[in-house]
Amino acid sequence: MSNNLIEIRNLSVSFPSEAGVVQAVRDVSLDIRAGEVLGIVGESGSGKTVMSLAMIRLLARTASISGSIIHDGVDLLQLTDDAMSKYRGKEISMIFQDPLSALNPVHTIGHQIIEVLQIHSEMNKNDALKRAIELLEIVGIPRPAERAQSYPHEFSGGMRQRVMIALAIANRPKVILADEPTTALDVTVQAQILDLLKTARDMTGAAVVLVTHDLGVVAGLADRVAIMYAGKIVEVGPVEEVFAQPAMPYTIGLLRSIPRIDTVGSSRLTSISGAPVSPINLPEGCAFEARCPAASDVCTVKTPELVSLSPTRMTACVRQGEIFALQDAGKLFQTGPVHVAPETTSDEVTLEVRGLKKTFPLMKGVLLRRRTGSVYAVDGVDLVLRRGRSLALVGESGCGKTTTLIEILNMVAPESGTISILGRNVAELSRSERLGMRKDLQIVFQDPFASLDPRLPIGDAIAEPLGNFGMSKADQEKRVRELLELVGLNQSQASKYPNEFSGGQRQRIAIARALALNPQIVALDEPVSALDVSVRAGVLNLLAELQEKLNLSYLFVSHDLAVVQHVADDIAVMYLGSIVESGPVRDVFAHPKHPYTQALLSAVPIPDPKIERTRTRIILQGELPSPANPPSGCRFHNRCHVRSTLSPELAEKCSAVRPEMLKIGTGAVACHAPLK
Amino acid sequence: MVIIASTLGYVLSSLAFNPRSNYEGGNPPIPESTIIAKLDSLGVNPDVPIVKRYATWVGNVVTGDFGLTIGEKSVNDEFSRRIWVSLRLLLLGSVLGSVLGVALGVFSAVRQYGIGDRASSVASFVFLSMPVFLVAILLKYGAISFNQKIGTTFFYTIGESSADFSGGGLELFVNRLQHLMLPTLSITLGGIAFYSRYQRNAMLDVLGSDFIRTAKAKGLTNRQSLFRHGLRVAILPMATFFAYSFGLLVTGAPFTESIFAWNGMGQWFITAVQSNDVNSVSAVIVFSAVLVLLSGLLADIVVAALDPRVRLR
Amino acid sequence: MNASSETVEKRLTRMALVRKRFARNKLAVAGLVILVAMFVLAFVGPFFGKHSWDSLDFFNLLQPPSREHFFGTSQIGGDVYALTLRGLQKSLIIGILVAIFSTGLAAIAGGFAGFYGGKVDRSVMWIIDALLVLPSFLIIAVMSPWFRGRTWLIFVVLLAAFGWMITARIIRSATMSLRERDFVRAAIYMGIPARKIVFRHLLPNVASILIIDATLNVGGTILSETGLSYLGFGVQPPDVSLGSLIAEGTASALTYPWLFMFAGAALVLTVLAVSFVGDGLRDAFDPGSAMGKKL
Repeated sequence: MSNNLIEIRNLSVSFPSEAGVVQAVRDVSLDIRAGEVLGIVGESGSGKTVMSLAMIRLLARTASISGSIIHDGVDLLQLTDDAMSKYRGKEISMIFQDPLSALNPVHTIGHQIIEVLQIHSEMNKNDALKRAIELLEIVGIPRPAERAQSYPHEFSGGMRQRVMIALAIANRPKVILADEPTTALDVTVQAQILDLLKTARDMTGAAVVLVTHDLGVVAGLADRVAIMYAGKIVEVGPVEEVFAQPAMPYTIGLLRSIPRIDTVGSSRLTSISGAPVSPINLPEGCAFEARCPAASDVCTVKTPELVSLSPTRMTACVRQGEIFALQDAGKLFQTGPVHVAPETTSDEVTLEVRGLKKTFPLMKGVLLRRRTGSVYAVDGVDLVLRRGRSLALVGESGCGKTTTLIEILNMVAPESGTISILGRNVAELSRSERLGMRKDLQIVFQDPFASLDPRLPIGDAIAEPLGNFGMSKADQEKRVRELLELVGLNQSQASKYPNEFSGGQRQRIAIARALALNPQIVALDEPVSALDVSVRAGVLNLLAELQEKLNLSYLFVSHDLAVVQHVADDIAVMYLGSIVESGPVRDVFAHPKHPYTQALLSAVPIPDPKIERTRTRIILQGELPSPANPPSGCRFHNRCHVRSTLSPELAEKCSAVRPEMLKIGTGAVACHAPLK
Repeated sequence: MVIIASTLGYVLSSLAFNPRSNYEGGNPPIPESTIIAKLDSLGVNPDVPIVKRYATWVGNVVTGDFGLTIGEKSVNDEFSRRIWVSLRLLLLGSVLGSVLGVALGVFSAVRQYGIGDRASSVASFVFLSMPVFLVAILLKYGAISFNQKIGTTFFYTIGESSADFSGGGLELFVNRLQHLMLPTLSITLGGIAFYSRYQRNAMLDVLGSDFIRTAKAKGLTNRQSLFRHGLRVAILPMATFFAYSFGLLVTGAPFTESIFAWNGMGQWFITAVQSNDVNSVSAVIVFSAVLVLLSGLLADIVVAALDPRVRLR
Repeated sequence: MNASSETVEKRLTRMALVRKRFARNKLAVAGLVILVAMFVLAFVGPFFGKHSWDSLDFFNLLQPPSREHFFGTSQIGGDVYALTLRGLQKSLIIGILVAIFSTGLAAIAGGFAGFYGGKVDRSVMWIIDALLVLPSFLIIAVMSPWFRGRTWLIFVVLLAAFGWMITARIIRSATMSLRERDFVRAAIYMGIPARKIVFRHLLPNVASILIIDATLNVGGTILSETGLSYLGFGVQPPDVSLGSLIAEGTASALTYPWLFMFAGAALVLTVLAVSFVGDGLRDAFDPGSAMGKKL
C-alpha cells in the first residue's frame, strides 16, 4: 500500500543478559500509515519501547536486530549510524518518557532547539532563533523569547515535555514517536500534553506512534491500536473495533481488569492470574498460554501468527474464531468481589486529623545557610477515617498528600493541629505508648521493589515486626505461614528472597508484613501504581477481601482516581496543601462541587473510545504553583475554569479570601462558588 | 581549615620533635644554658608550656613572621625562595596532568574497548599502582642511561638549573627546561593516569544518559552528540577532582623534589623533620593547607561557571 | 485468586552471579592469582631461602643474584631475597590491617551519619572535610619521630585514622539513599530501633561497597605506607618494608640494580593486582555503576 509511511517486516530484537538472551521484540510486522495516530499498548517488558527505539535506530549497541524497516523505499536497518542521523529529527522524531533527564542541563532551551534546526538545514543563527521562539510559542510556553534563554532545570516537568514536543516538530517530520509521553506527568498536565500532541499532529500532518501502557490515553487519541505481549503484537485494528469487541484473550482481560472512573460502584474487576512473562528463554507456543483462561493443548505447542480476523483487524490467537464469536467474552476471566460500602457503617472513628500543618524551611546561601522562607507543604488538613471504611486522600504530586501521610505515621505532635489514632491524641503519647501504637497503624508502600529488604528472606521480613514486639520464634514461624496463606502465597516460599518474586507477589508480601501485627488501620501509599496493569486488579481485589475479613480501616493515598473509585468509600481531594472537597466517593464522583475536583475527574482518560471522544473535557491552565509561594485567597483561583464565569465581585473574593470548608449535602467543599 | 591544619602541624611537631638533640652530643659538649638560650630564641624550648609556645608562634605568623629555622635562618626567606621552585613544578605538573589526562580519557571513552582504550587503561593502572618515588627513580635512571647512550647530557637529573651555567636568554630557558622535564614528567604521569580513568568513566556515564539519546534523536551523529553534549557535562566532576588531586600532588612533591634534588618545599619538609625543625615544618604545613584550600575554591568557581544549576544557588 | 502460580524466572543467586561476572574478567582473575602468589611468597617463601632477613653474610657483600642468595646481597651482606619477603610481609599486613580498620570506621561513621542526618550528619561531615583537607601525609610524617621506637601498630592506627574519609562519604550517600527506600521507612514505622536498622538493613545492603573499598584501600595503604617508609617516616629500622628497601637500594640502583629491583617489582605487582581485583569486584557487584565501567 502506498500510504504506508513505514513498513516493519519481521522485526526481531534481542539483547544478551546474564540470565540469557532477552527476546525483546519477536518477529513483528506492522505498518504505520501517513497521518494516523497508532497506539502501541503493552505492559513493561512487552517490547513496545524497544520497537519504537528500533524505528529510530537508537537501541544500545549490544542489541541484535533482524528484519527490515522500510521508509521511503529505504531499509533503515541497513543504513550506517551517520546516514541514519540524517533521518533522525528530520523525517522521524521522538519524544521520550522522562522529560526531566531528556534535556541537556548545561545548555539553554533555545540553544537546544536551534541545534535541531541547524543540523538539518543551512538556517542562520538569527532565523533559527526566531523559529525556535515561534516553536516555543506553539507548544504553549509563556514569554517564549525570554524562556529560550533559560536552562532546563528552571522548567517544570510539563513545560519540559512541551519543549521536547517543540524539538520533535521543529523540522516537520513525517513520523513522531512518543514513548510514554505523559506517564511521568500529573493527570491534569497529562491532559494538556495530550491536547498538545493532537495539535502537533494536526499542524505537521505527521503520523504519531503513541507508545503507552494506558488504554485510556489510546482510547482518546489513537486511530488504530496494536497490543503487544512478550515481544509480539497480539492484536491490531481500529481503536473503536478493538475496544468494543476484543478478540485476543489478553486484550479482553486487560480491558476488563482496569479500573474505570466512569462506572461508579457496581462493576467487578476482572483479574488475570499470574504476571507478565519475562522475555527470556521463552518456550514454544503462545506466551500468554499460562495465564489464559481459554488456553487449550494446542496453545503450548503452536506459536500463533498474527492473521486477519476481518479486513481491518488482525489477531494472534489459535482460537480467535471461537472467542470472537462469544457474546460476553469477559466471562472467561474470574472476577473479584464487588466492593460495597459496609451497610452498617460503624461510627467509630479510628483516625482523625484536625487542622494539620507542616512547613519546611526554605534555605538559601552556600556558605551561610539561612532560612529565607517556608514551603507550606500541608496547610490545614482535616480527615476522618471510620472503622471498616476506606478513605482516599487524592491529589497531584506536590499537593502534600505524602507529607500528610508521613506526619500521621510519625505519631508525634505536629507543628499545628491534632492527630488522633484510635481516640488517642498522638501528642500525648509516651515513648513506649507510641511504640505500642505502631502495632495499630501499618503501611503498604507504592513500590514493592523498594519496600522489601533485598537481603532478607521474605519470611524474616514478615517476622521482623513480630520479633520486635517480643513474639517467640516458634510463634513467629506459625504467624508467617498464616499470613502468607492469607495473601494468597505459598507457605513454602518463606525462605526465598524478594528478587525471586514478581511485582504483584512482592506487593502481597508487603501487605502480609503490614498485617503481621494485626493493625486496625492500614495506610496504603499508591499500592498498585507501580504494578503492571494486568496484575493491579488482583492486588486491589485482595485488599478489598482483607478489609472485609479483618474489618480494617484503610487510609488510601493515591493520584489515580479510577483506582480510588473502586476501593474507597470516602474521598478527600487535596490541592496545594489543603483539602478542597471531601465526602462519599459515590457522591463526589457523580456531582463534584469543587471546580478542581471536576477538572481532575475530567482529566482522567476513560478506556472507551466512544465515551472518551464525545465527552467534553476541562483542560486546566498552567501547573501546580509552588507551595513556597502559594497564591492568595483560594489557592486554586489562578487556574480555576469557573472563576471567569463568575461576577466580578465573586471573582475578586476568590483571589482575596481563602474559602472555608462548608458542609453541602453529604460532603464538604472549600469554594466560594461551589458547583451545583 | 588552614587554622586547624597549622595548629595541628605546630602542636604535633612540637610534641613529637626533640630539637634539643641537635645540640646534644656535640664535642665539646655545648653548655646547658647555651642550649636553652638557643631553643628559647627559636621558640621551641620544650620546657615552656605548649600553649604558650603556640600563642607566640601564632602571634608572629599573623604578623607575617614564621620564625627561625633550626639553623637560625629566617623561615620567611627560605619560604619565599623555595615556594616558586615548588609551584613551578606543581602547577606545570598538575595542569599538564589534568589536560592530557582528560584528553586521554575522552579518547578512551570514544574508542571504548578499542586497542587504544585498552592500552591506555592498562597503562593508567600501572602508573596508578606505582608510587611517585618509584616513577621518579625509574625516570631518573632511565634518563641517565639515555644520556650515557647518546653521550651528552640531554636530561638533567639534579637541581633546578646547572649551578655553573652562565648563559642567558634562550639558553638559560633551554637549560631550565632540561632540568624541569623529568620532575614534571614524574608528577604528570600519575596525573594523566588519574584523570584519564575518571574522565573516561564520567564520559561513559554521560554517554548513557537520556539527553545524549535526545541529541541523537535530533539528528546529531554519534561524534557530534559526544562533543557538543557529552564532553561539556562529563567535564564537570573533573573540576572537583582537581581539588583533591592537588592535595595528592602536595604529598608527591617531597619525593620528586628529593629525588631530583630540587630545593623546594617538599624537600625542605623532609630535612626539617629530620632535623626536628618545628618552625619550618609548620610553615610547610600552612603552605600546603593554603594550597589545597585555594584549589578547592578554584574548583568551586570553575564548577559554578560551567554548571548553570549550581550558578543559580 | 491464584497468585502463587505466578511464573517467575528462575534467577541465579546473587553470589553466583557475582562469581560468574568476576570470573569473566580476565584482568581481575589475573590480579587475584598474582595476589595469592604474593601472599604465598611473602609467608611461605622465607622457608625456602638459605638466610634469614636479619642475618648478615660478611663473605658476600653486594653480590648479584646467585643460588646462595636468590636476589643477591646488600652492602652489609644482608640477603635481599629474605629482606624483600620480609618487607612484602610487613607491607601486606599493614595494608590489610589498615584497610579493615579504616573501612570498618567508615562503615560505622558513614552509616550512622547517613541514617540520622541532621546534626549527627553535619558533625561527621565536618570531621571528614577537615581530615580531607589536612595534608595527612605530612602530619603522619611529622608524628614519625614520636612513634619511632614504639610498636609499628601505632603507624597502622595513624594510617587508618587518615584513610577512612572517602569511603565514609560513599557509605554515607549510599545509606542516605537507602534511608529513603521504603523498606527502611517500613522498619522505622514498625518501631525497629535505629541501631538495629543500621546494622540489619543498611550496612548489609552496602556490603558490596564495603568489600570493594576495603580491597582498594589495601592498595592505597600500601602506597602511602611505602611512601612514608621510603622517606624514613614509616616502618622504622631494624624492621623493613618495601618502601625502606627501595630507599636503601636507590642510591646505587644503576650499578647494583638487584638492590631495589625486586622490592620495586613486588610493590608494583602487589598494588596492581589489588586494584585489578578491586575493580573486578566492582564490575561484578554492580555492573551498572559509574565506576563499574572501567576497562
